[in-house]
Amino acid sequence: MKLLKLVPDDTNIHFLKWRVPFYVISIILMAASWGLVLTKGLNLGVDFVGGQMIRVTFVQSPEAPVVELREQVAKLGYGEPVIQRYGKPNEISIRMKLPEGADHDAALSDRMARTITADIKQNHTDARIDGVDSVSGKVSKELGWDAFKALGFAALAVAAYIWLRFEWQFGVGALFALVHDVTLTLGLFAITGMEFDLNIVAALLTLIGYSLNDTIVVYDRIRENMKKFRKMPMPELLDLSVNETLARTIVTSLSMLITLTALLLLGPDVIFGFTAAITLGIFVGTYSSIYMAAPILIWLKVNPNSFVPTESAMDKQERLARERG
Amino acid sequence: MSEFPRWKVIWLWALTLVCVIAAIPSLTSTMGLPWPASLPEPKVNLGLDLAGGSHILLEADPSQVRQQRLEGMEESVRTKLKQDGKSIRISDISNREGALTFVVAEPSQVDAVREAVLPLTSGAGLTGQRDWDINVIDGNRFMLKPTDAGVNQAVTQAMDTAVEVVRKRIDALGTKEPTIIRSGPTRIVVQVPGLQDPQALKNLLGQTAKLEFKLVDTAALPSDVAQGIAPAGSEIVPFINPSEGGGAPAIAVKRLGGIRGDQLTNAQQTNNQQTNEPVVNIVFNSEGGAKFAKLTTQNTGKQFAIILDGKVLSAPTINEPILGGSAIISGRFTTESANALAISLRSGALPVDLKVVEERTVGPDLGADSIRKGMIAMGVGTLALMVFIMVTYGRFGVYANIALVVNVLMILGIMGIIGTTLTLPGIAGFVLTIGAAVDANVLINERIREERHRGRKVIQSVELGYTEASRAIFDANITNVIAAVLMFAFGSGPVKGFAVVLMIGIATSVFTAVTLTRMWVMQWLRRARPADLNL
Repeated sequence: MKLLKLVPDDTNIHFLKWRVPFYVISIILMAASWGLVLTKGLNLGVDFVGGQMIRVTFVQSPEAPVVELREQVAKLGYGEPVIQRYGKPNEISIRMKLPEGADHDAALSDRMARTITADIKQNHTDARIDGVDSVSGKVSKELGWDAFKALGFAALAVAAYIWLRFEWQFGVGALFALVHDVTLTLGLFAITGMEFDLNIVAALLTLIGYSLNDTIVVYDRIRENMKKFRKMPMPELLDLSVNETLARTIVTSLSMLITLTALLLLGPDVIFGFTAAITLGIFVGTYSSIYMAAPILIWLKVNPNSFVPTESAMDKQERLARERG
Repeated sequence: MSEFPRWKVIWLWALTLVCVIAAIPSLTSTMGLPWPASLPEPKVNLGLDLAGGSHILLEADPSQVRQQRLEGMEESVRTKLKQDGKSIRISDISNREGALTFVVAEPSQVDAVREAVLPLTSGAGLTGQRDWDINVIDGNRFMLKPTDAGVNQAVTQAMDTAVEVVRKRIDALGTKEPTIIRSGPTRIVVQVPGLQDPQALKNLLGQTAKLEFKLVDTAALPSDVAQGIAPAGSEIVPFINPSEGGGAPAIAVKRLGGIRGDQLTNAQQTNNQQTNEPVVNIVFNSEGGAKFAKLTTQNTGKQFAIILDGKVLSAPTINEPILGGSAIISGRFTTESANALAISLRSGALPVDLKVVEERTVGPDLGADSIRKGMIAMGVGTLALMVFIMVTYGRFGVYANIALVVNVLMILGIMGIIGTTLTLPGIAGFVLTIGAAVDANVLINERIREERHRGRKVIQSVELGYTEASRAIFDANITNVIAAVLMFAFGSGPVKGFAVVLMIGIATSVFTAVTLTRMWVMQWLRRARPADLNL
């Protein structure tokens, strides 16, 4: 049987030749992402701003009557609802801010959810209430802070691990690639207005782990080649390492794409955003391990002798003894 | 390195087999097949987002416990000084601003008071710490302040009791398999699977059910009461239902001398025989009955208020002493609210008010839909991936694919054995783990290809492929573990479930994708001794 070979042997693509333009593009994209997050903002779910989210499926309608619902819910006097589709066109989520004073009187938010669901059920006989999420202001602040801590600690911890296993330049490179991946994913959420909730934070954490997979594979090969080809200039050595791992990079990326596409197209609607975040992140991660994590080693001036095993005193004695015969 | 001695082979197969067998109950239950009841059932639990149900986070306010302690201390101090019979008079008693203060009328009695109060202030704790600080200001003003250690201990006790009360109430609703756990110093997590409407549950948990019987202060002027001004020794309590008070929104009751309705043996919802109105019939235990009899005997002809959670249910007149040890509580209930009150009273009062600070309810339809779609996505994704891997790596791809299936079964098996919960993000974790497990085989196989291309011998290439790739696989997995551990530490519910699947998946994928495939490849090499590899 002839096997599929996506990448021919002995490729010699000069990836690193384009490192400056790609860096410029990436930094512009990162700045744009931050700009978007800060100006347009993320579409934060109830997990992080508090409030209620009611999920409704209109079982017998092809499409949810969003406009009508928006008016209908607004009329109830609890403020303007944010109504969004998730998954199929007949599945929507209605988000409400918590009513004033709800932090002191839990019954208030309860009554709000009850009024809204009763109203929807009365006006739409095919409406199925699929779930209610209610988060108080205090809890939402804690959840936000916990998410921030988890992301920060995770990024620092994995960077520290890379530093420990390689050299500090590699740690910095990995951290930079990681910040790049997370930033662009956040940018995607800002630009599309997809809901940003706790699950997305889990997706970002997963991304931190998996986008590093690629970085580590490339770094591992760089380390190996640095030991092997002591005199090779850094850009050439990086190109060689990226080329040698290219087949693996392509096959793995395709593998991930296959499973994630299945999850995106066929998987549960509720976690569409989660899957989308991971899918984007995996590809940005592959790109960043080649164009962000590797070139930074040139600029940070990795010492070519970093990974040469130093001769211990005992080794030296033995060598000298051998030479003397 | 390439040697696999017999004991190692047996050991690896045994480990694999145990995990795979453990996966069977989980598989059958997700597919809805029956499982013989006589066999042990290490089954993966489905999270609320898959099974449908409610997750409710309740929070208590510790300042309420502090206030309760102050009120309790006031009562104790009064009783103690009365018992001593030294006719010590105290005045200007206040329990506001976090301390109990009072003035001893006769400065010469300050020492006597201190002696009397001192035993009340040492904690029941074994550490010998004081629960209260005593200070005397201006010569004769006592100030008793609860210490933080004392309050914290009281909060812990109150929360322990609250968990028990919550459990009794939920059991009374007849829901199956509720999970009730303390979370942090002042919170309780309640998880009830398969609940369509959590409203009844929330009503039940939101009711403190502190029942009190207090005498009405008939001397209070209605105009003062309307303005919220209470006569000395009384307090203003609002009616739960203003029509009960004949138009008055509140009533003045005497602060002391009432009794609590917590010494009950039973509480039932019944209907009033004359009006057919739903009421709650309570039965006191012998001590509570005696107190109630004494109260009603001493105050026959007077009006008393039945107070529930700080609101007056009704304020009837005591027509005759009630000696039978039972009483009827009316208060314009519906059948549901009377029943809820009966359950609450049976389970005892909550020692603190609990507020719902977070609620997540998932309908069973959405949950079932998520499982179905998750399973389909996983099946299709895995199959497509296996085809891709097989056409890319041939025989080596088949080994990787078998390892993949074993990996999925092992994750399920281990989850079943340690009894973790599969959540919706957890399903995504499964799919991701499959992708990542394949990555290990991709790394290995590409390396073998590379070494063959460089002209190494078959066996050498395979060995180098495994050893050289292992380093990167190891490092990559460690970073994934770091991310997963932090996710577990800071995440809530479903995210925790995702982290658990990731962690188990990382461990099993290294085992299946590296160790097992190496065993199979090496056994094949020894058996077939191929001169070349189709790779």
